[in-house]
Amino acid sequence: MIETIESALSFLPLGLVALIIIVGKILVLVLPLMGAVAYLTLAERKVIGYMQVRIGPNRVGPFGLLQPIADAVKLMFKETIFPANANKFLFISAPVLTLAPSLAAWAVVPFDDVLVISNIDATLLYILAMTSLGVYGIIIAGWASNSKYAFLGALRSAAQIVSYEIAMGFALVGVLLAASSLNLGEIVDAQRGDYGVVNWFLIPLFPLFMVYFISGVAETNRAPFDVAEGESEIVGGFHVEYSSMTFSVFFLAEYANMILIALLTSIMFLGGWLSPLNGILPASFLQGEGMLAMLLGDGIHWLLAKTSFFLFLFLWFRATFPRYRYDQIMRLGWKVFIPITIVWLLVVAACVVGKVGPWW
Amino acid sequence: MSIEQIIFYVFATILVVCATLVVTLRNPVFCALALVLAFFTSAGIWIFLEAEFLALTLILVYVGAVMVLFLFVVMMLDINLTVLREGFTRYLPLGLVVSIVLIAELVMVVGPGQLGLESMPVPIPHPEGYSNTKEIGSVLYTEFLYPFEIAAVILVVAIVAAISLTLRRRSNTKVFMKPEEQVVVRRKDRVRLVKMSSESNND
Repeated sequence: MIETIESALSFLPLGLVALIIIVGKILVLVLPLMGAVAYLTLAERKVIGYMQVRIGPNRVGPFGLLQPIADAVKLMFKETIFPANANKFLFISAPVLTLAPSLAAWAVVPFDDVLVISNIDATLLYILAMTSLGVYGIIIAGWASNSKYAFLGALRSAAQIVSYEIAMGFALVGVLLAASSLNLGEIVDAQRGDYGVVNWFLIPLFPLFMVYFISGVAETNRAPFDVAEGESEIVGGFHVEYSSMTFSVFFLAEYANMILIALLTSIMFLGGWLSPLNGILPASFLQGEGMLAMLLGDGIHWLLAKTSFFLFLFLWFRATFPRYRYDQIMRLGWKVFIPITIVWLLVVAACVVGKVGPWW
Repeated sequence: MSIEQIIFYVFATILVVCATLVVTLRNPVFCALALVLAFFTSAGIWIFLEAEFLALTLILVYVGAVMVLFLFVVMMLDINLTVLREGFTRYLPLGLVVSIVLIAELVMVVGPGQLGLESMPVPIPHPEGYSNTKEIGSVLYTEFLYPFEIAAVILVVAIVAAISLTLRRRSNTKVFMKPEEQVVVRRKDRVRLVKMSSESNND
């Protein structure tokens, strides 16, 4: 398909064609992502509503399906309020600094063997570097707001993100040890095997999987680790002074990060786009041109299904768990997760050297 | 001018401007943020040198962790700049001498004699499939194993020293919560259900 676009645009200079194609790829990724973010907010309100025996939003459109659009329009037309004595430049740049890294990380995420904007070598490192930048938006928002509540929220979130990044990084070290590659596509390929589900890294790396996903929940400041927002203690945390579009950009970033964490968990531990039916059904069902083979075989739809499952877990956590106490968050990060990951790294390294099981 | 040169000069200009701002801006928070941008742009230049592992590690470690803690501290400090600027003229001669010596040493180490175009030829671009990460890994644990391990030991000593300097136990606090006891608490330890007949309401 890219070749046809290239040949259709062949009257333009070569650099311009490359630029058009790259921008086109970015739009093809970002527009559905923004749609997913919008409808994730609706899903969240509906899911939590049903869990709490309510109906959730049901006024705008059939089953409330147009609610995200109504919300977006409302937020766009609200007035942006600047707090007195706030630093205007930093106040405006904070939401941008939150959204930009969370979108930049998507540049290297593969959806398929070929569906990836930029297939670089050190994908995992790049994603870790980009997600670690998101904390700046929160810190700057808290500081530039000139408000005690916002500043307290920013400090809490900075300490929390820095602590959980270590456990997260160690969990990723386990994955790259197991796959012996930093490239996400090669990590998925390393989970391909004759036994299907058993070949996924979920089983050999189970502790790391738990640590990674829980740290991911903590990194995105989601319940039960949302002390940075902490409505009951510090009103709304770092974004208490934000209104209209500046406020909604923070939430775009938070939900984009949630989707990214869910997607990465499914890529690294649940075999990404690999079909769970490998090894159960004979190979003739899974390969070929037919509709059934497309549906049952490997493909982007499996990745999206796995991602949706983890996104549902995010919402389920929020409906179920009470907020962690701050000292217990720190205890969990430093005294539980980091020792678990270090011990399991040794186990994984020993297994890789010893070529254990169906995995190595 | 080729596209590489244009991008390099854009990055280099941002880097030099940011580095200047770090030392000239009045507000320490802005200084720290300028330093963040300086790290970020130098990581961009490193990627041009095909050192993507080092560039991403620079962002991950310095921008993602070290500077966050820097900002954390700088934002919490209530720095009175007028007090800091007192005695500027008094210390100026000493400061000038120190900075001249520093600049002279820097020029001797990284001057054109060592890093000029003659002594540093244009690096040959590596072919596709070359992995900077693998190259570093293969020499780090073989050729440079001892320096690497010594650096690790020094860092561990620094961590232990920092913790032992700041660790203090308060003996006078009344309640000392033990999370491991708290998390094993069950309902029956704390809550007692009392069955009683409903009170009559006759008036």
